[in-house]
Amino acid sequence: MGVEGIGARVVRKEDKRFITGKGRYVDDIKLQGMTHAHFIRSPHAHAKVKKIDSSAALKMPGVVAVLTGQQIVDDKVGNLICGWAITSKDGSPMKMGAWPAMAPETVRFVGQAVAVVIADSKNLARDAAEAVVVDYEELPAVADVHAAIKAGAPQLHPEAPGNQVYDWVIGDEGATDAAFAKAANVVKLDVTNNRLAPNAMEPRAAIADYDAADEHFTLYTTSQNPHVARLVLSAFYNIAPEHKLRVIAPDVGGGFGSKIFIYPEEMVALWASKKVGRPVKWTGDRTEAFLTDAHGRDHVTHAEMAFDASNKITGLKVKTYANFGAYMSLFSSSVPTYLYATLLSGQYNIPTIHAEVIGVYTNTTPVDAYRGAGRPEASYLIERLMETAARQLKVDPAELRRTNFITQFPHQTPVIMAYDTGDFNASLDAAMKAIDYAGFAARKAKAKGDGKLRGIGVSCYIEACGIAPSKAVGSLGAGVGLWESAEVRVNPVGTIEILTGSHSHGQGHETTFCQLVADRLGVPISQVSIVHGDTDKVQFGMGTYGSRSAAVGLTAILKAMEKMESKAKKIAAHALEASEADIVIENGEFKVTGTDKAIAFPMVALAAYTAHNLPEGMEPGLKESAFYDPTNFTFPAGAYICELEVDPGTGKTSFVNFVAADDFGRLINPMIVEGQVHGGLAQGIGQALLEHAIYDANGQPVTASFMDYSMPRADDLPSFNLSHTTTLCPGNPLGIKGCGEAGAIGASAAVINAITDAIGKNNLEMPATPDRVWRTIHAA
Amino acid sequence: MYQTTYHRASSVDEAASLFSKSSEAKFLAGGQTLLPVMKQRLASPSDVIDLAKIKDMIGVEASGDTLTIKAATPHYDVATSDAAKKAIPALAYLASLIGDPAVRYRGTIGGSLANNDPAADYPAATLALGATVKTNKRSIAADDFFKDLFTTALEDGEIITAVSFPVPQKAGYAKMPHPASRFALTGVFVAQTKSGEIRVAATGASQSGVMRVPAIEAALKANWSPSAIDSVNISASGLLSDIHGSSDYRANLVKVMAQRAVAAAG
Repeated sequence: MGVEGIGARVVRKEDKRFITGKGRYVDDIKLQGMTHAHFIRSPHAHAKVKKIDSSAALKMPGVVAVLTGQQIVDDKVGNLICGWAITSKDGSPMKMGAWPAMAPETVRFVGQAVAVVIADSKNLARDAAEAVVVDYEELPAVADVHAAIKAGAPQLHPEAPGNQVYDWVIGDEGATDAAFAKAANVVKLDVTNNRLAPNAMEPRAAIADYDAADEHFTLYTTSQNPHVARLVLSAFYNIAPEHKLRVIAPDVGGGFGSKIFIYPEEMVALWASKKVGRPVKWTGDRTEAFLTDAHGRDHVTHAEMAFDASNKITGLKVKTYANFGAYMSLFSSSVPTYLYATLLSGQYNIPTIHAEVIGVYTNTTPVDAYRGAGRPEASYLIERLMETAARQLKVDPAELRRTNFITQFPHQTPVIMAYDTGDFNASLDAAMKAIDYAGFAARKAKAKGDGKLRGIGVSCYIEACGIAPSKAVGSLGAGVGLWESAEVRVNPVGTIEILTGSHSHGQGHETTFCQLVADRLGVPISQVSIVHGDTDKVQFGMGTYGSRSAAVGLTAILKAMEKMESKAKKIAAHALEASEADIVIENGEFKVTGTDKAIAFPMVALAAYTAHNLPEGMEPGLKESAFYDPTNFTFPAGAYICELEVDPGTGKTSFVNFVAADDFGRLINPMIVEGQVHGGLAQGIGQALLEHAIYDANGQPVTASFMDYSMPRADDLPSFNLSHTTTLCPGNPLGIKGCGEAGAIGASAAVINAITDAIGKNNLEMPATPDRVWRTIHAA
Repeated sequence: MYQTTYHRASSVDEAASLFSKSSEAKFLAGGQTLLPVMKQRLASPSDVIDLAKIKDMIGVEASGDTLTIKAATPHYDVATSDAAKKAIPALAYLASLIGDPAVRYRGTIGGSLANNDPAADYPAATLALGATVKTNKRSIAADDFFKDLFTTALEDGEIITAVSFPVPQKAGYAKMPHPASRFALTGVFVAQTKSGEIRVAATGASQSGVMRVPAIEAALKANWSPSAIDSVNISASGLLSDIHGSSDYRANLVKVMAQRAVAAAG
């Protein structure tokens, strides 16, 4: 592997610029003549927009324009789309209300834009926005899913009667009912998966620059997938044809899913730039992030699990209400269906599963994919059910899991997914050893003597990553293919540029992707650079989400590398007067195996470009590209065990230990993988203990600032004890499964299982705030 | 933020004079509340008069039975002050729990007391220790200083210059931090003065801001021990209730934090 190859703990190349303040984010970019946009947003959760009077604002200094929702509709800018079609159980397509980029008639959540002020500076735009008078007629609003589906509830969209987007089912209902009829034991559980605000460190931002001479737009935006943004803006929103629209996503400070989607603000910036004839910049503030970045989770679920007399699971029934907020965001429809219900088999042999998911509109911020996207909700549900079952059946929770683990692969679950490989016992063994599971009873007894309630909680998660085989997702309703592209450009001096359709917004691609090149060619990573995030540079790409960049994006790079190496070997063989089959690549040289004859890689590159002496018929140059479409999802899995203490006087939780034993297949850079796991665990623990995006009954957000929304901080978290067990993924040549979301998927259940173990009561919702835990302890 | 005029005062007199000449002036004493509020355009002072750079207003001094903290002393300085740690360790400890490191480097005791946030930490110590708030016009006893939420005995334009804390026989502070803001969800400061008086103050709990807790004071007067508080009944009536803590949870916290503060005081 070499010191910088696959498996090496290489320090991140990109960190020098990030740590020294030299990163270049959208807000750092300043264009000549640039104007600034400030959005006028609804203070009401549901209202009619009666009148917008911008006459006073237009007279204020520096104001260029005040543009309204009616104007954007009149100009035929398309409504926002949802890119994954879901069909209800009655065969009808999902029912969607229109979502214009600014509301012309009706606002349906607090923060929805009704107009935008364009001015010479950000402050002038904001001043003028205060002078715009919007006359609203308030309508009754509803924020909670159960309230929204009740008869007589306020209705959001005429297209969706009863506020229902879809009623979708998966699995065999008859077989599942039959399994329950014969069950020796049935375990029931109601869980709420709390709504989260993603809170990337960098707020969303956009700069749109229209060049009237060329009728060409450039959009700088905080995107996880600039090519998908261009495709959607071009194909659906009528902004410009693709060759007249360049999308650049420069350094992006975190996404966690929230920057996958195309939002109204960048659509408005593009449209407004053409209208005012100057570049338009918008940078969201933290309040706008809370109000308008797509939220995550927000499920209410009832589940039942059937067991036979030997504690083997015989069936699973799930009914979930998913809160979509006021509009269907880009991939929202897929999250509680194909990204959730297809993982309900967990790590277990479950002969039959039936799940029903009802998607519901409410007067809240739209909900879409957030780190894990559906899989945390599935894993949390299954792992809370397993713990509940162990308590009800009076068996050790780890043992109950072992009794039901899938041990033969490949394994076809009853809910679409076919697991390719794994060793669930190995992960659980590693985690139990790391936490000294056997010694827990003694530790619990000792803690009791100190007045503390100690608990232990297990969570054995599995997720589907490496998203995704295009044909498979196409058959399930996806509007796009989910392959990835790569290009390897070797320069005449032998340095290498890798162009990738993946996008790094913190993941470390500029290091890990170079490590593959270093591994194959034996050149230092300083000789390699990664190019991404610009539709003019990279031909196409599907971007970064769903833990896909290594499993899909890096495999595409490998495929392009193989093509490049094949040509380079021919050139080397020609120069060395040897057979191509005898050429091996070692330490940056192409050698004739078994001899001391060799040519350095830069000389091969130079030969390719001078073209003075190439094999007969060979084209000059050394540049290859590849598209890679995976054949299956990948299935990272692992076991997390959390040990903690609860203070019965305050209900406060303190961690004692948190162990994570993950199987990610092959690791490219273990240091970066550990960082990913740390971040994921922080988000999973944050959901379990702290985070909750709350609305009051009228749809007013209660937690729209860090004074009320509890983001996890370093001192809320334990030091993590990480380890890896490895089964290589057979689905891609590098054996990679992906690691970006695991922590967020597996951690929450471990924490809640541990707290409920500590307090001896099973029912406890997230976030397990001290008040809530104290109340549960002392409830009759 | 709306446009404003910033003044860096070099003396208390200059600050007072600047204030009297401005139409809608605000004193800036660290800015950990005022600046975020201004950024959100919820406050629009015509003038901001910075007190935090006035040299005479910074420092911690122990003299006899009194610890004096000058008003523009940041929380970090109090938390790490040898004089404070020796004279009233519970007060230095309280300062170490305020907000986060960034807040502790900027925020000041004078700013905290003048703002009188119902969940701020310093009001609990000031009230429980029976401190005296010194201003550019007079001295105000703690019992007379705190009036209601964000309301004090300070007159318009009056500047806190220092706070004098009588060194107690014993004192302790215990705080349940608000999970998001790190203010006190409830914090209780207990003190036994050198003359034997028991004073207990709770912050973060009451709808009217920092409060004495007579029931706990009585229990501790009879028996200075955590268990003495076991039988005290704290009513949830009049206590704050929000998404982070219901009023009955806060009532519980008043008791539990008081017990822990007594245990810490020894």
